[in-house]
Amino acid sequence: MKNKWPLLIWVLLLIGAAIVIGKTRFTADFSAFLPAAPTPAQQLLVDQLQNGVVSRLVLMSVTGGSAEERSMVSQQLAAKLRSSEMFVATNNGEPVSQQRDQQFLFDHRYVLSPAISAEHFSVAGLQTAIGDTVDMLASPAGLAMKGWVERDPTGEVMQLLEQWNPAQAPTKYNGVWVSRDGQRAVLVAQTQASGADTDAQQAVIVAINAAFDAVQSALPEMGKNLHLQMSGPGVFAVQARESIRTQSERLASLSLILIIGFLLVVYRSLRLLLLGLLPVAAGIAVSIAAVSLRFGSVHGLTLAFGTTLIGEAVDYAIYFFVQAQGATRANWRSEFWPTIRLGVIISVCGFATLMFSGFPGLAQLGLYSMAGLITAALTARYVLPLVTPTTMATPIAQRLGNKLIILLAYRRSSWRGIVIVLAIVAGVIVVRHGDSLWNESLSALSPVPMSAQALDEQLRTDLGAPDVRYMLTLAGADKETVLRNAERATQVLQTLLDDGAIAGFDSASRYLPSNALQLSRQAALPDTDALRVRLTAALRELPLDADKLQEFIAAVAAAKKSPLLQRSDLDGTSFALAADSLLVARNGQWYALLPLQANNGAEIPAAKIRAALATVAIDDAVLIDITSETAQLYASYFREALHLSLAGLAVICCVIALSLRSVQRFIAVLVPLSVAVVVVMAAFVLLEQRLNLLHLIGLFLIVAVGSNYALFFARGELQPQTVASLLVANTTTVIGFGLLAFSTVPVLQAIGTTVGPGAVLALIFSAVWSAPATRSNFSER
Amino acid sequence: MKLLNFRVQLAVCFFCIMCSCSASAAEWTVEQLMQALASHHSGRATFTETTYLAMLKRPVESSGELSFTAPDYLQKTTLVPKREVLNLRGDEISIERKGRKHVLRLSDYPQIAAFVDSIRGTLVGDHAVLANAYRMTLAGSENNWQLVLIPNANAANGVRQIAITGAAGSVASIEIMQTDGDHSVMRIENLQLDGSNAVEHAP
Repeated sequence: MKNKWPLLIWVLLLIGAAIVIGKTRFTADFSAFLPAAPTPAQQLLVDQLQNGVVSRLVLMSVTGGSAEERSMVSQQLAAKLRSSEMFVATNNGEPVSQQRDQQFLFDHRYVLSPAISAEHFSVAGLQTAIGDTVDMLASPAGLAMKGWVERDPTGEVMQLLEQWNPAQAPTKYNGVWVSRDGQRAVLVAQTQASGADTDAQQAVIVAINAAFDAVQSALPEMGKNLHLQMSGPGVFAVQARESIRTQSERLASLSLILIIGFLLVVYRSLRLLLLGLLPVAAGIAVSIAAVSLRFGSVHGLTLAFGTTLIGEAVDYAIYFFVQAQGATRANWRSEFWPTIRLGVIISVCGFATLMFSGFPGLAQLGLYSMAGLITAALTARYVLPLVTPTTMATPIAQRLGNKLIILLAYRRSSWRGIVIVLAIVAGVIVVRHGDSLWNESLSALSPVPMSAQALDEQLRTDLGAPDVRYMLTLAGADKETVLRNAERATQVLQTLLDDGAIAGFDSASRYLPSNALQLSRQAALPDTDALRVRLTAALRELPLDADKLQEFIAAVAAAKKSPLLQRSDLDGTSFALAADSLLVARNGQWYALLPLQANNGAEIPAAKIRAALATVAIDDAVLIDITSETAQLYASYFREALHLSLAGLAVICCVIALSLRSVQRFIAVLVPLSVAVVVVMAAFVLLEQRLNLLHLIGLFLIVAVGSNYALFFARGELQPQTVASLLVANTTTVIGFGLLAFSTVPVLQAIGTTVGPGAVLALIFSAVWSAPATRSNFSER
Repeated sequence: MKLLNFRVQLAVCFFCIMCSCSASAAEWTVEQLMQALASHHSGRATFTETTYLAMLKRPVESSGELSFTAPDYLQKTTLVPKREVLNLRGDEISIERKGRKHVLRLSDYPQIAAFVDSIRGTLVGDHAVLANAYRMTLAGSENNWQLVLIPNANAANGVRQIAITGAAGSVASIEIMQTDGDHSVMRIENLQLDGSNAVEHAP
């Protein structure tokens, strides 16, 4: 009576895994691609990218049809979106909030205007300010303010409007925004839901499409050839999730079909096939459960990567079925299992290094693969022997093995020569292109396809949304503190702007001054009697009568004792969006974000700005150049991955050396693996494709996966069933990884194109290099 | 003899007047005026502008230089009382004053648009722009014409009418009357026109 308890444990484990999977949340947000940022400033940025106002923007364009149709659709679409709860704001250039904006500026001019000071309201100050206003009235620009003059003779509203720079506002046609060439009507909407809430963003996209369809179907027939395009972080997230989902489904089912078909040919037994899938199924179930328990959710990308696991995990059953038949069944555990176990340990070491990666996505992949491989191997070792009939046979594999042994023995030395030549040629290519080997840009990892990135850039240009490259961040314990810091910083920035050092900046304190500043401005306003006296004196030389300015006097008196401006006063104006995006609370800390604009074609004078900020004792200001920051971030992750890979390699070498206890066999294992890696790198150079972080990890996985083959070949005498099992196992691995190469998700594609060919090369090189067909092969050297 | 001489002179004079009247009535049309205005593609001039505002005790005087290039470029440089440079190109208007430059979209500011568009449209003879926004009435002769522009009924730009005077392809003054009674007169002097096919006009 055999001991059945491994089977019992196995079944319980699977039940447990199934329960965990039932409760698992599957995600596809961007967090997996954004680094777990190291500095608070970077953390803030990443947080803003994920949840901030920037993440909530949906950019839209209407193309096709005539210009009139496009503007009509833009108006009707915007009207529909404005009436929807899903959107906080929709802007297509129609002046829906312009009136409220101007009213807001007008109502709060005496707490908002930077010109307010005691001097401004002295006799001389009033004379200058009102004189300027009178001069301005003669100019066309003054016409727009004519209606305000008697209530705002000192020109505060004009001051406030001057802070705006609508030069970047889009061109208009028929009252709505259009692209520069007029071929697209463009709109922008801010969603209620965070950009990281992919489900909500999907609902948003559906709602926009439905609104567009409704608008279009109401048009006369000419309007039927209009098209709506959308972009933005939320749209990207939805698209990425969709493509990851469809691709992981397609790749997984395709690789399963191919592997099953292939194994059916090899096994010629449905029963063996089903038994062979047990380790795979158990591996996938346990690994999903493990990732879910460790990370709280499972990323769609991790599931897509699972296709490779199918190819890897099925190997252990193959080894068992092909190697342990007939006479060898009894001693499989002592004869073959130790080598398989070593292979498993090495592969696990390989995937374990991914777990330390700063990219949450990669860490998930590492854990997923580790848990899957260990489960699959243990299933093959302890469960398969219990459930497989002793009479099993794989005659095809036997015949294949015999033929392979003969092939391998044929002109061995010339095969080896080819490997050496290949190694030298590939080595030279790689060394000569050492500088241009690696891709420096983080965008190589972005799951957003190039075409979508191009559309996004086009829409951003159309909408005049400037690239947010430079950002000054200020921290504060509360809103008031951070606003006061921002006010001190804006004084410095205004000087830099006037000097032409920068082209522009923005700050929440423009729309929502700190209470302290509001109070000081109120205090600077003279009381009614004083104002009357000064006004009479100031107007002596001016063509304006004091008695025409009664409303002005009343407005100043009202402003002097009006309640302070609150965030809620901004509701309904376009300043609300600006204030919310530039002033954020995070983990009990308040931050002000001040985007800076560099002069055309120039960089920002960072050192000058830092020095200027230091003079007003703003020490905790962080000036971030997002472009260089991401580049640095990427570089640090690249270094990290490199270090991890090297550490993993060292561990693998130690494991191999310790278990082989032979320098010759150690070299015999390492040489073919190294050659495989170098040849794959050379191939990328020849294809003019630069390698990124994930290629690096892929190269490392070639070693982890390929060592399985090298170990068997370096074991000593070769048996037909060993060679056959390796070829079969390698084929399934290559199917698993190779299919990833056809993915359009860059992360998956990079690993697929690296590991797929690399695994084949590792097998071939191991076979021709390490395999000692006879003892004399070793003595040749 | 003397009497005859006088009569002949009178008759010649009368004939001339008749001729000139019939000629202007038959030939000097808005289309011709626009052609004459458009026959040069650029020019420069000085201007003096007087703005009468009800709220001010006395009118505001300003002066400076104008320069324009067809089809849609106009620069108005005010030198007195305060330096201000206004650049108008297409829908974009930039105003430089006190060392700061502000860029506006004309379509966002209908009042400003009515002013600068009528000046630009007239100086470069853009019939389409003017006909689109205004009802045009031409009076006078080729050498002393007056063009009156009345905004279309739905235009909410605060303009009641714009009266432009000139001789042949040269504009002499532009008077803008606002609906609230405020008005401004811009006198254009020292007009120099460039362009190969400039229409000759009588002294």
